[in-house]
Amino acid sequence: MTGNIATDADVLALAATVNDPEIPVLSIKDLGILRDGRVEADGTVRLTITPTYSGCPAMDAIRDDLVRVFQDAGHEKVEVDLVLAPAWTTDWMTAEGKAKLAEYGIAPPTGKAGHASPVRLGLTVKCPRCHSLSTREMSRFGSTSCKALYVCQECHEPFDYFKVL
Amino acid sequence: MTATHASPDHSLDSFGDAAASATRVTPGNALRPEDIAVRPDKPSDDVAEYALRLGDDSLILAQRLSHWISRGPELEEDIALGNIALDLLGHARSFLIYAGHTLGRSEDDLAYWREEEEFRSAWLFEQPNGDFGVTIARQLIVSIYQHLLYSRLVNSSDTMIAAISAKALKEVDYHRDHATQWTLRLGDGTEESHERMQAALEFVWPYVDELFDEDALFERLGDAGVRPSTLREQFDAEIAAVIDEATLSLPALPRAMGGGRRGLHTEHLGYLLAEMQVLARKHPGATW
Repeated sequence: MTGNIATDADVLALAATVNDPEIPVLSIKDLGILRDGRVEADGTVRLTITPTYSGCPAMDAIRDDLVRVFQDAGHEKVEVDLVLAPAWTTDWMTAEGKAKLAEYGIAPPTGKAGHASPVRLGLTVKCPRCHSLSTREMSRFGSTSCKALYVCQECHEPFDYFKVL
Repeated sequence: MTATHASPDHSLDSFGDAAASATRVTPGNALRPEDIAVRPDKPSDDVAEYALRLGDDSLILAQRLSHWISRGPELEEDIALGNIALDLLGHARSFLIYAGHTLGRSEDDLAYWREEEEFRSAWLFEQPNGDFGVTIARQLIVSIYQHLLYSRLVNSSDTMIAAISAKALKEVDYHRDHATQWTLRLGDGTEESHERMQAALEFVWPYVDELFDEDALFERLGDAGVRPSTLREQFDAEIAAVIDEATLSLPALPRAMGGGRRGLHTEHLGYLLAEMQVLARKHPGATW
């Protein structure tokens, strides 16, 4: 029963239905974690993913979810490769992904990755609730590796910000 | 089948896969060494030794920093130091898995079943956390050093070392920012915070020189590694700038002996390992 996944495009479309376990509104495609998907000559589905952060514990769950979604579709032979290079960056996050993040209540990354000075200066982060630009960083490290903690000075709500990497 | 040389049973081999699976959530659920890259070539013996040093530095510091979780001066710091520890653990896993391809050992085997003298980390990483100032002083030194090192290692002729470094570099950039900001706040803060931050710098300063020591390995590594002595000038300039802006003074203290790269350690490493390894050793093959 493999007829429904015949092409690489089918593989990518099905893989893109897997969501990030920490931010369930985003698919691994939105996040840029999904790098490649192919059907090999012998029918094996080969997927390539890359971790957001080196220590990201979500990778194991993502691998399992990928294998499961293909097995549910009748594909038993699934290989998931983890690659480190090129290193993941928030620049790979799709525009759709950023919009979904904001709607979910997490401010999406502002600006492009890159580093020059020992003290990082970020662009203004917009409050995902009241859209005020008057926000303040409380901690550069948040509930997961990829997020920082902000607070809105207008509506006083604390919120997560997906930081630029 | 002649005589048995079966060693007494502390031999690592005797645990085999059981040791390898010591930290698996469930068997087969975690990233296996072969997953870290698409079928990588085994590193040479020299690159494996180098990866072991890089991995051990990060592993030991990750263990130290994770001790702050639930003990930070404020909730945000629990989270920050915990996140930094997690990043470092990620770097350690990548390096140790890579070294393990050649050494014939898994990451867990390397973390849980080596003795003190088999660890290759420098002394700075195993020093006790002290107060928050000491931890920040150590973070400042380590993050500036690692940032310079990984900035150069992204061009390593060994593609795996280059890939791990490129990933680590982006994360260490945040660590450096964190340590810099705290050094500025504490150094240029109250009279007490200033004094304690100065004392903290003096506590860790003797361990700085060892980071830049070189041995014959670097000659053999060639372009796969980076000679640490070539990072020193920029390290001194960067750290002096932060220390100066924080109204602190650069300590002038004799160096500690060092020797971690050869397996000689301070008394602190044994206690650290005892805590880190006890569960895996007491219950070989345990999964959780």
